[in-house]
Amino acid sequence: MDASHTASTTLNRRQFLFTAATAAGGFAIGFGALPRWAEAATVAAQPWDETATSPHEIDAWIAIDPDDSILIRYQRAEMGQGSMTAVPMMLNEELQADWSKIRIEYASANRNIRENKVYGDMFSNGSRSIKGSQKLVQQVGASARERLIAAAAQRWAVPASECGAANSVVTHKPSGRTLRYGEIASDAAKIKLDKEPAIKTPDQFTFIGKPMPRIDVPLKVDGSAKFGIDAQVPGMVFAAIIQCPVPGGKLKSVDESPLSGAPGIVGVVKMPDAVAVAATGSFWRAKQALAKLQPEWDVGPAGNTDTAQFLREYRAALDEGKAATARNQGNVDQALPGAAKTLEAVYETPYLSHSPMEPMNATVDLKPDRLDIWVGTQDALDETEKAAKAAGLEPEQVYLHNCFVGGGFGRRNVADEVVQAIAIAKAVQKPVKLIWTREEDTRHDKFRPMAVTRFKAGLGADGMPAAWSIRTVAGSVPLAAGLKLPPNGVDFVAIAALASNPYNIANTRVECVVKDTHLPVWWWRAPGANQNVYAIESFLDEIAAASGQDPYQLRRKLLAGKPDYLKVLDTVAEKSDWGKPLPKGRGRGIAICEDTGSLCAQVAEVTVGSKGEVKVDRVIAAIDSRYVVNPLTVAEQVEGAIIFGLTAALYGKIDVKNGVPVQGNFDTYRMVRLAQAPKIDVYVMPGGGKDWGGAGEPGTPPIAGAVANAIFAATGKRIRSLPIMDHDLSSGSA
Amino acid sequence: MINITVNGTQHQLDLELDTPLLWALRDVVGLTGTKYGCGIAQCGACTVHINGVAMRSCSVAIGNLEGASITTIEGLATGGRHPVQEAWIAEDVPQCGYCQSGQIMATVAFLKAHPNPTDADIDANITNICRCGTYERLRRAIHRAAESMKT
Repeated sequence: MDASHTASTTLNRRQFLFTAATAAGGFAIGFGALPRWAEAATVAAQPWDETATSPHEIDAWIAIDPDDSILIRYQRAEMGQGSMTAVPMMLNEELQADWSKIRIEYASANRNIRENKVYGDMFSNGSRSIKGSQKLVQQVGASARERLIAAAAQRWAVPASECGAANSVVTHKPSGRTLRYGEIASDAAKIKLDKEPAIKTPDQFTFIGKPMPRIDVPLKVDGSAKFGIDAQVPGMVFAAIIQCPVPGGKLKSVDESPLSGAPGIVGVVKMPDAVAVAATGSFWRAKQALAKLQPEWDVGPAGNTDTAQFLREYRAALDEGKAATARNQGNVDQALPGAAKTLEAVYETPYLSHSPMEPMNATVDLKPDRLDIWVGTQDALDETEKAAKAAGLEPEQVYLHNCFVGGGFGRRNVADEVVQAIAIAKAVQKPVKLIWTREEDTRHDKFRPMAVTRFKAGLGADGMPAAWSIRTVAGSVPLAAGLKLPPNGVDFVAIAALASNPYNIANTRVECVVKDTHLPVWWWRAPGANQNVYAIESFLDEIAAASGQDPYQLRRKLLAGKPDYLKVLDTVAEKSDWGKPLPKGRGRGIAICEDTGSLCAQVAEVTVGSKGEVKVDRVIAAIDSRYVVNPLTVAEQVEGAIIFGLTAALYGKIDVKNGVPVQGNFDTYRMVRLAQAPKIDVYVMPGGGKDWGGAGEPGTPPIAGAVANAIFAATGKRIRSLPIMDHDLSSGSA
Repeated sequence: MINITVNGTQHQLDLELDTPLLWALRDVVGLTGTKYGCGIAQCGACTVHINGVAMRSCSVAIGNLEGASITTIEGLATGGRHPVQEAWIAEDVPQCGYCQSGQIMATVAFLKAHPNPTDADIDANITNICRCGTYERLRRAIHRAAESMKT
């Protein structure tokens, strides 16, 4: 173990292990018990306030009632990542209020628009809810605290510098006099500071870094938490929708006569690429009525395509496509032919659906001068603007009530369901709740792109890679999202974790070829990295095998001089008993990545049965997110991200036949369930530094590579395409 | 017209007889804690107790339920929390939370039949999908609930 590793492990105060391994059933080692629930902050089952204002506001973020109860507004989304707890924790680091008296609600996107973006951005994506809020909400909290202190000082006629704030009380230190926040809040609201106070630096944190139970948990165990799909609006009707089975196709016609005279049918609504039926009574009635229609579609040439064809085209594009160079260091063309040994492999990853448990849905109430929307969205501000456009209203006239989000993973900021619901409401002139069936949700996802990636490596006489060339062919998420690629044509998602790979190989070239099909693509948990880390970490394992090196030790050598990488890598190796022999049929695999500014290393321990059945027994993960607000939610995010990535690794694929995405429901789009879920130990080890890292995504990319490498260790079989279930791993197979 | 009892209250359902209980609960009775996830009894988000048995309500037509007694997540415990709900809180299980009503309803029924569950019992019987991947904590919560229900 090197010196830097030893040094970092002395930072005990900031290191946490979350483990299932304790027989006592405790989930945390290294710090005391969690606060009891009575001491925790709260959120209402309906997490928004219709008025979005409060009579006792200090500012748009904070209201303090005379009885000391405090309202903090949270400007991003809560989709299970815990930021609705952690962002207010950051604010309260500065505010110094009694956490148990704090109530949290969503900030209003409408108010944000009306008040000059007082809440800033409102998106939750890219693992940025924390790092993208940190400076802003610390400043908000610090400013409010200083105004409370100034108000108290005014009342006592003493200098503010003689006063301090803690636990919702301002104290005049020389005299010991105190005033509660609730007593001075209305004065503080009138105070304008001459200059904004400096925010705390991480070494001054006393509240940030404490494990806190998530505020939304109690509402999610009694069924009271309101998701978008739970909206109930007086007079509302229910709508079901069928979209052109071939994405991008158009509606030609639909014969409505099968529904003529049917009871409870409010309308058949034709859209350019979809048909919806609205009905009174129940969603089931709308869905059953829709099933009686047989729309005719114009699917175009895409209707003749399938997965095998896409794969042929992508493989061909490795040589024929227009490659953009993302990284070119040394001279690969010279070094490769001169190598003692060369290696080449192609890795393939399929389209994937996001498949959040809550299918796409939106409820809208459209009036001539006002639109109300109930939806779970990852970006309330952006979707407000998109909805305004669709409704022909000004953004100020749109009131989007963000709900608890039943899974996002990158899917829930398109607003396609919102725009459809508005179209239906316009047609039927009633409030409407539109729900996509699971099949619509899967097949009309904006998919994780498919990719085909080729690696070529040249090894020196010492077995170490002297050169490698990486070229990937992938669909473009940035182009799908309306962004422009830079002049050099490099798609920064397609090359994620490839171009930025940390391995010290003198001659490195990374190129991408942008190639799309008719399937729309989008951000999917750890975009780019979720498939590229599988590919590069597997290929690195191939280099280790080809040169007779231990995969962990090879990585250590290639990461020399990068103590932060080595710290997480060494941790998972040590905690997984790396190197200790395992029985036949079992193996360990290791992988590491940088994603959203954080480092995550994982070791997977796998058993492969004689019939080829794969069971991932255990995963050890270490994450360095640089800073940690709530170590409990960081650990939870890594646990969940591993399962999310494991589902993709073992089972995930969307095939295409006749242009139509094949898998539609969980019988064919398989998910990891409890029986397949490994034991997971997460080591949360923030290393500090200039920038903050994310926590929601970095746990996803390493798992597929770790598992594939473990399968190789167990069986000698290399997994060069996902999902793993498509490979014959039985003992007799080649 | 179908008569059912939901969490102790009688309801008359004036819906097509093939309407799944799920939609009757959500759209007519107005209890939205029971969730739609797949509609084909795959994911378990819609799990409720019908006459004490855990069932996936998306696949049970109300036409078969005349006189049935239904318990949903909202009626699991009145004036407090069920030990399974307490265990879920203690282990901080839910993330997005959408599947958790179903997970809890499935677990409550499971623990009646398996008061001392092994991990293998859990694997075989709790098959609900959680897309957020809360299984680690979910398993611990099931064991915790089993322990607390013994004392």
